[in-house]
Amino acid sequence: MVAMPALDQSVLARRAEIVAALRRIVPGEGVIDSEVGMRPYETDGLTAYRQLPLVVVLPGTTAQVAKILRYCHEHGIKVVPRGAGTSLSGGALPLGDGVLLGLAKFNRILEIDYENRVVVAQPGVTNLGISNAVAGRGFYYAPDPSSQIACTIGGNVAENSGGVHCLKYGMTTNNILGVELVLIDGEVVRIGGKHLDSGGLDLLALVCGSEGLLGVVTEVTVRILQKPETARAVLVGFPSSEAAGDCVAKIIGAGIIPGGMEMMDRPAIHAAEAFVHANYPLDVEALLIVELDGPEAEVDHLLERVGEIAKSCGATTLRASTSEEERLKFWAGRKAAFPAVGRIAPDYYCMDGTIPRARLPQVLARIRELSKFYGLQVANVFHAGDGNLHPLVLYDANKSDELERAEKFGADILRYCVEVGGVLTGEHGVGVEKRDLMPSMFSEEDLNQQQRVKCAFDDKGLLNPGKVFPVLHRCAELGRMHVRSGKVPFPDIPRF
Amino acid sequence: MTDILKPRDEKDIGEALQWALAEGKTLEVVGHGTKRAIGRAAQTDFTLDLSGLAGVDLYEPEELILSARAGTPLAEIETLLAAHNQELAFEPMDCGPLLGGEPGRGTLAGTLAANLSGPRRIKAGAARDFSLGVQAVSGRGEPFKAGGRVVKNVTGYDLSKLVAGSWGTLAVLTHVTIKVLPRAEDVATVLVLGLDDGKAVEAMSVAMGSSAEVSGAAHLPADAAARIVVVSDSGAGRAVTALRLEGIPVSIAYRKQKLEEVLRPFGALASLAAEESRALWRAVRDVAPFADGTARAVWRISVAPGDGPKVAATLAHETRAEVFYDWAGGLVWAEMPTTIAEEAAVRAAVAGRGHALLVRAAPAARASAHVFEPLDPVMAALSRRVKESFDPRGILNPGRMYAGV
Repeated sequence: MVAMPALDQSVLARRAEIVAALRRIVPGEGVIDSEVGMRPYETDGLTAYRQLPLVVVLPGTTAQVAKILRYCHEHGIKVVPRGAGTSLSGGALPLGDGVLLGLAKFNRILEIDYENRVVVAQPGVTNLGISNAVAGRGFYYAPDPSSQIACTIGGNVAENSGGVHCLKYGMTTNNILGVELVLIDGEVVRIGGKHLDSGGLDLLALVCGSEGLLGVVTEVTVRILQKPETARAVLVGFPSSEAAGDCVAKIIGAGIIPGGMEMMDRPAIHAAEAFVHANYPLDVEALLIVELDGPEAEVDHLLERVGEIAKSCGATTLRASTSEEERLKFWAGRKAAFPAVGRIAPDYYCMDGTIPRARLPQVLARIRELSKFYGLQVANVFHAGDGNLHPLVLYDANKSDELERAEKFGADILRYCVEVGGVLTGEHGVGVEKRDLMPSMFSEEDLNQQQRVKCAFDDKGLLNPGKVFPVLHRCAELGRMHVRSGKVPFPDIPRF
Repeated sequence: MTDILKPRDEKDIGEALQWALAEGKTLEVVGHGTKRAIGRAAQTDFTLDLSGLAGVDLYEPEELILSARAGTPLAEIETLLAAHNQELAFEPMDCGPLLGGEPGRGTLAGTLAANLSGPRRIKAGAARDFSLGVQAVSGRGEPFKAGGRVVKNVTGYDLSKLVAGSWGTLAVLTHVTIKVLPRAEDVATVLVLGLDDGKAVEAMSVAMGSSAEVSGAAHLPADAAARIVVVSDSGAGRAVTALRLEGIPVSIAYRKQKLEEVLRPFGALASLAAEESRALWRAVRDVAPFADGTARAVWRISVAPGDGPKVAATLAHETRAEVFYDWAGGLVWAEMPTTIAEEAAVRAAVAGRGHALLVRAAPAARASAHVFEPLDPVMAALSRRVKESFDPRGILNPGRMYAGV
């Protein structure tokens, strides 16, 4: 288990005073300090970690958020922001000596502007809520994480969430235009707006994916798109994951960027089929779901080309959806892959590395070896188009050392992803879960530079500490410079 | 004339920065210097010329990625991509024609540092959206990397995007990894003729809100249209509103029909085939109507598309500026009648609705105007702290964007 920072006893001792101060800012039921009331906040989507917060506060206005943060900044109290709590990396895991700042009351869509094709929403609006609000005019918000029914747009900004369509339509960072952000000292800034490209330093890019470490988002402006006229999916089965990986490379090499391109291995196929009866072929080692979207004529044409490529790669099953119902059924299996795996094992641990796609066979082989070594089964689902791998390590938390083994297994997989040129996380975030693996991808100087940026926003390190960075440094220490005595640079080459 | 330091590799850059820190010297960071005339006129002690750090390190078409050294010529990258039917989807502008330099120059890192994006910005994203990973040396003289070489990554802060549009004020880029995309097989353009600015933006909004997947939406008022050869005939003295469709021929044919249906109520239609389309969008990308060899002041104004005509009307009234629109109305290019920047009028017209950047101006005008949109005090302080987190002594392009940043 990853260790969280030591509790600040002086803060714990002041709990009653802090609760009272928060009540003055957010009157009524917006402050929760009873154990039973705080229990629902003790964990997020990374359920292996549980911790009750010092106190929960649920503000309803930006002014309240600003007052809370200013109070916490003045009194040196840590703050953990939280949306719907669906983070798979522990991004919203509370701290025992920290205020949990929930944004659930920020649940209104403020403006739908079809002329400029943007929606302005409060951060607690769900991802799907935005798409639903504009569906009547044929629009939608493109990033679609699997948790989209529950997860909030504010959480999506914090985690830079992706989804199965992000190869073609981008992640959160590519689909937002502006935010209102409250800084730890209570100052409120507006970054971007309804226009593209703001000029100035691109702080929007910095805030998106910052995992709640830089500020609290209180408003988001997103772009909306017109829905594609048609979408069809094709199921393609292969006798090996190598053949499936080869097919993915050839599709992209042929200049086709599918709306979605997902891969599942045999254990994942079987679990999903048993759960939702999507009519998946069971005699294959790897299954691809390739979705093409756009005008019907284009979709038909591309489906044919994908079919030809698949055959040339040795596909043994090839079945295109012939109705919207069938397309959704193809996806139902993939979207339910996590809970489906949850039925065949008491617990599972979901990893999220991204690899250069060409390394897929090598990485899958390594995962099989590790599976034997740790004595734990694994099922693989994979955003094949962009190389984002989700191995699900199956374990039973009630058996003495299985969680520990699962965590070690997961860490080995992620280190291997980095070794072959990939990264620790493609869309779930670093959070608590991958925090201590950061040095396998970044040097000390890389991490120090990132932490210096954090210091520019949060000088006392009060926002979501214990997440993302394995070693916490004081800002003063990070800012120190060692300037060596000057010598003329590269004197051996001519200057002009 | 300042002294030029021309490093051969990352180690040289580290040494140069350490030396500058020790001696208290400031550096202007340049690639080919094609965008040197953009930004506040600031004095630096030395020029750090990165054009020697050139060459593509890695190009994997099937992984959709390319890594190259900072000073790699953009033209070299575009030629390499074209040979594999791929492209830089953000369609970076060639600054040469507008700024009176040679055409076809510019480097990869320079393009990223300026976050240059062309007409396809509205569909594909900006340069920053394609920045996957960077290696750089900070103003502390310390090398660091951020991001990676895969298209999907949320590990750590997205510093690869932060350096985009930072105009070399944070760090000296040494390597850049970008996402590349397949190039469309075919292209066509639908033209609507004779619309006033307001109607044109309305038409573009309808087009963008349709399922036609428009990848370029520009409005050229009569004067601007008359200066672009491929549309001056169809325009015949009228304004031209242009909508681009890209993809496979069967798809374009279908979408063109759909698009024409929704645009017909707005006015007379015409169209351009592939070759003329490419010429038109290159002209829009490179601001051809104002690439007139003069030093008249040119502003690049980014606002919500619906605000474009209001901003332009105010400007025209106050300054007799001439304009044309890209990004469905959200990017207003404005040329002033003289070399006077008319900053006060521009700022008043934009009035908190977006961002205006003075792109072309005489040196005297650059020295006295705010080139970038002024920031409110809280954003200004935050931007300064971010700058200092990379470059605490302010040795890299000091004051290029804002005084103190």
